[in-house]
Amino acid sequence: MATVAAGAAVWPLIQQMNPDASARALASVEVDLEGIAAGQIVTVKWRGKPVFVRHRTPAEIAAAEKVDLGALPDPQEDSKRVQKPQWLVVVGICPHLGCIPIGHDGEFDGWFCPCHGSTYDVSGRIRSGPSPSNLAVPEYSFLSDTKIKIG
Amino acid sequence: MSGPSKYQPESGFARWLERRLPILSFMYDSFVAYPTPKNLNYFWTFGAILSFMLVAQLVTGIVLAMHYTAETSLAFFSVEHIMRDVNWGMFLRYAHANGASMFFLAGYIHILRGMYYGSYKEPREILWILGVVIFMLMMATGFLGYVLPWGQMSFWAATVITNLFTAIPLVGDSITTWLLGGYSVDNPTLNRFYALHYLMPFVLVAVVAVHVWALHVTGQNNPEGVEVKDFEKETVPFTPYATLKDAFGIGAFLVVYAWLTFFVPNYLGHPDNYVEANPLVTPAHIVPEWYFLPYYAILRAIPNKLLGVIALFAAVLLPAALPWLDGSKVKSGRYRPLFRKAFVLFVVAGIGLGYLGAQPPEGGFLMAARLLSLYYFLHFLVVLPWVARNEITLPEPDSIEAALAAKKASTMDAAHG
Repeated sequence: MATVAAGAAVWPLIQQMNPDASARALASVEVDLEGIAAGQIVTVKWRGKPVFVRHRTPAEIAAAEKVDLGALPDPQEDSKRVQKPQWLVVVGICPHLGCIPIGHDGEFDGWFCPCHGSTYDVSGRIRSGPSPSNLAVPEYSFLSDTKIKIG
Repeated sequence: MSGPSKYQPESGFARWLERRLPILSFMYDSFVAYPTPKNLNYFWTFGAILSFMLVAQLVTGIVLAMHYTAETSLAFFSVEHIMRDVNWGMFLRYAHANGASMFFLAGYIHILRGMYYGSYKEPREILWILGVVIFMLMMATGFLGYVLPWGQMSFWAATVITNLFTAIPLVGDSITTWLLGGYSVDNPTLNRFYALHYLMPFVLVAVVAVHVWALHVTGQNNPEGVEVKDFEKETVPFTPYATLKDAFGIGAFLVVYAWLTFFVPNYLGHPDNYVEANPLVTPAHIVPEWYFLPYYAILRAIPNKLLGVIALFAAVLLPAALPWLDGSKVKSGRYRPLFRKAFVLFVVAGIGLGYLGAQPPEGGFLMAARLLSLYYFLHFLVVLPWVARNEITLPEPDSIEAALAAKKASTMDAAHG
């Protein structure tokens, strides 16, 4: 009984440190896809982090789908990383040590991380360099054909 | 050091106070009459230097707190406001920033003194462990304080260090969110770091008080590593001897502190911290302040995220076990030739790790960091226990008095030729 009471007294002091209502409100962000031209990459801020939204051209989609999984340090099929093939949504933080990769750069015209040279393809998958894994795909959903909600 | 007080109240007021709260006799016994070994060298002034620096940081810090604002859109600006508008603001800011560096410099010298002369050995184990606690509190305070100016390095250092907690299996992400107050370093983080940065130094004061208490129970160690046997012949009253020697030590230390603060105030800082924090732009090289570099090197040397974090914390905590890792009955490095060599290796490894912490973690630098990190742990876990068991020590003097007499005899010989 006393432990329950003590717990009840202490819990608010611990819970107050968790994200407050204003932080939780920013837990999701909506992105309007209409303005993003084919081939363009847009960076949005989600939960304080950059997220790349890439409108892929048919050529890029074909290139992404054709890649042999054996060539990938972190094998993953392109179809598993997208919901609609022309829209790629990835967290713009290099899994190596947290730098922000540069878009339309590197050997595969995907992304290139200037910090230690990790190279990503148009599916955001690591191809060469020290990163242990592909660019992360966040939780997102299509609210309509022209709008997504991330988080 | 126990026993009836030597204090003689000289006034009516003193007698009145003594009966109600014996603070005058307490201060007298602790800092005037307190028997201090005669043979201490200047490495023993660093305790006083550290106490001075703690007060200096408290005073400059509290005064700066009157002008600083801990809100992400205002913090950086408030620091520039302090630098430009606040009366003596530039001096106070530079004194506080460089004071932190000087605090750590003195801290490292103080710790190395303890390691060399065996001040961690029986009966000073608790004193040593309290010292490790103080060191950790200093590191926490320094880290929290560095985030407050909200420059690029402030922000990204906070990001890197809070990200360490995601390495904890199962609960890592929840703990990190709880610490941050959000999903990344942002306003809630800055605000709570300010509250905690203000709090920690007062916790430090309390632990330092217990540290000095523990010291006064056992008495100081001394460079011979031989305990005091005859208080009359081997000790002097703390005041005026140690008080004046400490004052001189503090004075010399202040020369270095003043040189930094007034002539090269940004030398130890990172230029990127004069750029306001931007969560969408990562600086080319994220480096902590110099006093964290050796530990940063150890963290990045280990290729596995969780093991790197464990290595980092182990590197800070492991020295606490020194009294039990180094079982040699001989305290002072003066009489331990093999130990002395190992000590030099340790210092070289520490400085090497510090250098490597500022380099990119690749190629030759990474390999060197791995080697030196390995040596760091081997030094405590393998080298010192082995040396303690197998070393042939030099004969210790019978007492401090004997050592002083021998020294006097040899200098007399040298003088008389």
